[in-house]
Amino acid sequence: MEPLIRVRGLSKRFGKGCEQCLNCTGPLYDTNLCPHCGSVVACNDVSFDLFRNEALGIVGESGSGKSTLVRLLNFEWEASGGTVELHRSALADTLPELFAEQSLYSRNLLGLTSFQKRQIRNALIGIVYQNPFLGLRMNISSGGNIAERLLGAGWRNIARMRERAAELLDKTEIPVERMDEPPRNFSGGMQQRVQIAKALSNNPLILFLDEVTTGLDLSVQARVLDLIRTLRSEYKLSLLVVSHDLGVINLLCQRTMVMKHGQVVEAGLTDQILQDPQHGYTQLLVASQL
Amino acid sequence: MLLNEWLNTPAGSKTESGYPFAFLDQGAKKEIRRSILKAVAIPGYQVPYGSREMPIARGWGTGGIQITLSLIKQDDILKVIDQGCDGSVNAVNIKKFIQAVARVALTNDTVEATVIQTRHRIPEETMTSEQILVLQVPYPEALREVEASEAETRRMHAEADYSRMWLHLYEDIVNYGEITISYRYPVTINKRYIMDPSPIPRWDVPKLHMAETLFLFGAGREKRIYAIPPHTPVEPLEFEDHPFRVEDFSGKSCQRCGATDTFLDEVIDNEAGGRTYCCSDSGYCDKRSAIWNR
Amino acid sequence: MITVENLSKEFTLHILESKKIQACRDVSFTVPKGGFLGLSGASGAGKSTVLKCIYRTYLPSSGAVWYESGAHGRINLAALSDREILDLRTREIGYVAQFLKVVPRISALDVVMEPILARNGVSRDEARRRGMELLERLQIPKHLFDAYPATFSGGEQQRINIAHAVSWRPRLLLLDEPTASLDRGSVAVVMDLLKELRQQGTTMIGIFHDTRLMNSVTDAVLPLC
Repeated sequence: MEPLIRVRGLSKRFGKGCEQCLNCTGPLYDTNLCPHCGSVVACNDVSFDLFRNEALGIVGESGSGKSTLVRLLNFEWEASGGTVELHRSALADTLPELFAEQSLYSRNLLGLTSFQKRQIRNALIGIVYQNPFLGLRMNISSGGNIAERLLGAGWRNIARMRERAAELLDKTEIPVERMDEPPRNFSGGMQQRVQIAKALSNNPLILFLDEVTTGLDLSVQARVLDLIRTLRSEYKLSLLVVSHDLGVINLLCQRTMVMKHGQVVEAGLTDQILQDPQHGYTQLLVASQL
Repeated sequence: MLLNEWLNTPAGSKTESGYPFAFLDQGAKKEIRRSILKAVAIPGYQVPYGSREMPIARGWGTGGIQITLSLIKQDDILKVIDQGCDGSVNAVNIKKFIQAVARVALTNDTVEATVIQTRHRIPEETMTSEQILVLQVPYPEALREVEASEAETRRMHAEADYSRMWLHLYEDIVNYGEITISYRYPVTINKRYIMDPSPIPRWDVPKLHMAETLFLFGAGREKRIYAIPPHTPVEPLEFEDHPFRVEDFSGKSCQRCGATDTFLDEVIDNEAGGRTYCCSDSGYCDKRSAIWNR
Repeated sequence: MITVENLSKEFTLHILESKKIQACRDVSFTVPKGGFLGLSGASGAGKSTVLKCIYRTYLPSSGAVWYESGAHGRINLAALSDREILDLRTREIGYVAQFLKVVPRISALDVVMEPILARNGVSRDEARRRGMELLERLQIPKHLFDAYPATFSGGEQQRINIAHAVSWRPRLLLLDEPTASLDRGSVAVVMDLLKELRQQGTTMIGIFHDTRLMNSVTDAVLPLC
């Protein structure tokens, strides 16, 4: 089976940049900061494949570039280099102009107009952030938050949108009677679940989860993770799970990438990464686990 | 010469040298006309322009006046209304000013006018393809309600990213059972831009759709011009199960002329303590009153 | 069915200044289809290492693991890509670890049902029936079926672990001390289960701490040192 998304050489640099940036930063140099021009290289030549119906974990500490990676793939930030290609089966119906005749993969999505990127995002991608304030509008009702994606996709029937919102809230174990309350009134775990409901509203193929349970109480964390597992197998989603918590990665993901200073230092099966880590940094991470 | 003296110079006299025809210099007129052409070419798109200094303050119709002054010809017949009324102070002042600088004839009759400048209402009598309606606009940006940043609203228009506007309407329905916007009701024009039709009541919004007339919108303080060319679809934002509706005047009629199919102003009798209704479009009401001998 | 050729595994511990630890060296053996091989040796001799190298939890340092796959023919497990290994783990190769990996909010019955639902394409009711049957055989009390295994005894957890592994009838089953925490009665039940699986054609490689038990159930024993 071919991958759903192919990422090759993805890089993100903050600052004016120079030719040396990618070669002078990374785990070998133990820094993200380019010594020549002072730019910060957040992501450095990252390549990987994401397949349908799988969960890929990205592990790293602060500054590893894992969250940057997710923002780049969600088209929130402009990449400095690299390619992101989607498989024909995901997108050829919505945006046929992106696929050359007979080509299995699209052209580089990073080069598209904001309008096209937004279309792709609306059709294929859902994202859940660590901080619910990033992913939700706190002064809009929860149902409204979910409806926003539907409205963006052209839904124009209030009753049907509310039905869909209720369905999703039910799936994420939020009492449907609270659909018209703003998420500001909810607990942290519930806010995360509203984010998940919102992310699923347009039936995405891919879900980005950026440290979604960090900071939540344990029992809440268990509930949210269990929910994610169930939804993934039910909807056959592809998940990209970013976390610094190896336990979360172990629970959700079969394959994992380890990032340090913007580069991928190791990638493999999750149990292999945890029990037979090859790279020194991975060994350090695994040894540091509580 | 002081402006007062010039205003009192009888019609037919030569315009004082130093003041061009219709007050604006040629450069200003050309720029405004080019902006108008661009606005007509892209229905609903807010064209930025260099809003000139006018002898009245911003917020009193300078945008509408600049458009009228750029288009008006000596053989035009001008009508100016304010909230539908020909006799309001602002309408009268604007009329007198334009007449002084362009020597045009004035009228209160919608049918007779060739150019009508209006604040916040569209006349009841349907206008023709030979007429132009110039509307005064305080806030040209339809999305300002949901987004304070000008840069962001421009991006939203450019990318047709209007979900937040729709979300605002959804929230209204959830909180109040219906969309609560009464004037400045957002419309989609030519199936592309969301536009603010200026603070006209809902009653007037359907008049914009596939009309014969050219509608021009001028915002002097905000420095924007936009337009609805004839035969352009103008659709108010609505939901399938919550359609757009206009104000309900059932059971009410105009006290002066008896009309039951016009937009009515509510008049409260402070002394007797009662409530009566009157046509907002005073010119039309006058006509009807004359016919019905009231 | 499976042939291990000169398998060696060495760990390099970077955080201890690249200290090297030899876990197993030059291990070779063959197991015919339906056969049951036992691995014996002192603690630290590398028995678990060999199993984990086959399952690819460990990356072999050198050597090959030739396996007759039902879907792909004769392949070297040590040289496969991550996705190919995952595919085999889902469809052909099972692993019973020493301890149950506890997943929060999943009941004992769900733990056993999950592999059946994921692989055998049966209805939820059928999977439930099979799961309950299996748990009953393994003497898990009925009232625990819907409980969460986190608070079960070690023996109960391990029996659920075994049920989880055998419920889907793998072609190759790797067992790492499966009966270490079980009492004699449970051991007998588990051995019966394994015998049934073997009769249905599953090949097995196992490590047992009880040498007598191992000798009684396996066809051959490979001593590691």
